[in-house]
Amino acid sequence: MDHDNYSNDYIRGILQTVKTIALVGASQNPARPSWIVMKYLADKGYDVIPINPGLAGKELLGKTVYARLADIPHPVDMVEIFRNSEAAGPITDEALSLDPLPKVIWMQLSVRNDEAAKRAENKGVQVVMNRCPKIEFGRISGEISWQGINSRMLSSKKPVLAGKGFQKLSLNRPR
Amino acid sequence: MGERAPGFETLAIHAGAAPDAATGARATPIYQTTSFVFDDVDHAASLFGLQAFGNIYSRLGNPTNAVLEERVAALEGGTAALAVASGHAAEFLVFHTLLQPGDEFVAANKLYGGSINQFNHSYKNFGWNVVWADADDPASFEAAITPKTKAIFIESIANPGGVIVDIAAIAAIAKRHNIPLIVDNTMASPYLIRPFEFGADIVVHSATKFLGGHGNSIGGVIVDGGTFNFGGDDRYPMLSKPRPEYGGMVLGETFGNFGFAIACRVLGLRDLGPALSPFNAFMLLTGIETLPLRMQRHSDNALAVAEHLAGHGKVSWVSYPGLTSDRYHNLAKQYCPKGAGAVFTFGLKGGYEAGVKLVSNLKLFSHLANIGDTRSLVIHPASTTHRQLTDEQKVKAGAGPEVVRLSVGLEDKADLIDDLNQALDAA
Repeated sequence: MDHDNYSNDYIRGILQTVKTIALVGASQNPARPSWIVMKYLADKGYDVIPINPGLAGKELLGKTVYARLADIPHPVDMVEIFRNSEAAGPITDEALSLDPLPKVIWMQLSVRNDEAAKRAENKGVQVVMNRCPKIEFGRISGEISWQGINSRMLSSKKPVLAGKGFQKLSLNRPR
Repeated sequence: MGERAPGFETLAIHAGAAPDAATGARATPIYQTTSFVFDDVDHAASLFGLQAFGNIYSRLGNPTNAVLEERVAALEGGTAALAVASGHAAEFLVFHTLLQPGDEFVAANKLYGGSINQFNHSYKNFGWNVVWADADDPASFEAAITPKTKAIFIESIANPGGVIVDIAAIAAIAKRHNIPLIVDNTMASPYLIRPFEFGADIVVHSATKFLGGHGNSIGGVIVDGGTFNFGGDDRYPMLSKPRPEYGGMVLGETFGNFGFAIACRVLGLRDLGPALSPFNAFMLLTGIETLPLRMQRHSDNALAVAEHLAGHGKVSWVSYPGLTSDRYHNLAKQYCPKGAGAVFTFGLKGGYEAGVKLVSNLKLFSHLANIGDTRSLVIHPASTTHRQLTDEQKVKAGAGPEVVRLSVGLEDKADLIDDLNQALDAA
């Protein structure tokens, strides 16, 4: 896997497959990127489970916060790591000790740990590093274009409305 | 779409412009509306909090304008862009985002006259202090930098035409001092020069000129190269400090490599208000679809006209970097091998009087103060745009009494040469 360049199909496939996302490094401050990403993903219909030892037992955006991945009482499809690159190593190992394994380990924009990625891929877990799932969802759905951001996506196909109004697009745009 | 990067001509037509999600309209619709209905109360809160992508109010963003923004961002190779009411508005919002009262910026001395006025006069009211450097001498930029310097500003192909600036050399100085380099790319357009490839951090456009290209709409664009780190210290508080108006959000951190464009939008455009009309955005977009074809023709015609004038008995000199004898020819080969643009100056042996007569006698060239139209344009700067300057200032600005500026259009070049011949005969 080339972790400098991910194909749109690879990212789209992940975002279309996963349903349950554990977000490590969740924040209760709405001005923080991790809060914004959690809110955005929840609005898109993902079941986002916040992880933060300092907030364990509290509720965040209506969801119970857990101290660590092992405390989540059900399987998760993806672990999203909102910590620094060094911390991403042990968090990846925690994720890889879950049973069943998550399908995807996603490290946030600016977070990259190639050795951890190798350990995950050796166990058949897909890895994304140094990307933001909100930006990637916005890029592939077309939403991010509303903000004048270069989505690097060209298409002669109509974007698909997600329903519940006109200001949400889905990932199901024909390719 | 494969993963191969699309070509410039493809981006000029397709970037940002998928069919309309609601109606399937293939041309970009003109969303001539002030406001947009929220999907629900929670959605409204998310939009105002910058937590979701979407539209609120056309001063802050508009779907037609957004297509223009993404189009220009893609053509320049930037991460994001912001469309605004004019090229001047683009410059204003860029400096508003970068500078605090008492700060300085270093600017090339060869610029559009309007920018020189803006920097020398209006900006002083904000405590933004310009320090001039020699556009032909990169070392003079370095010498002008002080601890208060927050930006460097140059034009890629510089006014009043015929000047190619060594972008990479000035970018290297900017990098060494950890200062963003802003390049006004109006005269070149991204077809001829893409400043980000030479180390620029921010690009601005008067889209009124070659991007729109038809002389029918005023507009400006700011492009974020995504290359400059505005965090790390306190020099750029608009990007690196918590913003009270957004609940303490740090824009540079939250929006990463397109944070500058977002800050220009959610602080500058929101609070200062120079929004672009969606109708103008539509006109500019339509123009951009043919940008590659037009810029090539502009450059080819300009070269033919410049070559002709260089051999004309009443012409004392021609300043066009496309000419092999020109002092900027080597820089032109490095920065804009496809052509040196449409705009250049030449001198008349007959001086001021001959200049006035020439513009009066031309029949196809229009005498007006613009560049980058399909039509060929002419101006005698000493009697018009640079009239208020002293004689010494005029010469320094490349607008001496004998100087005529052309913006060569897309007509048959033989007709343009005929028109210049008959007007020169009468001058």
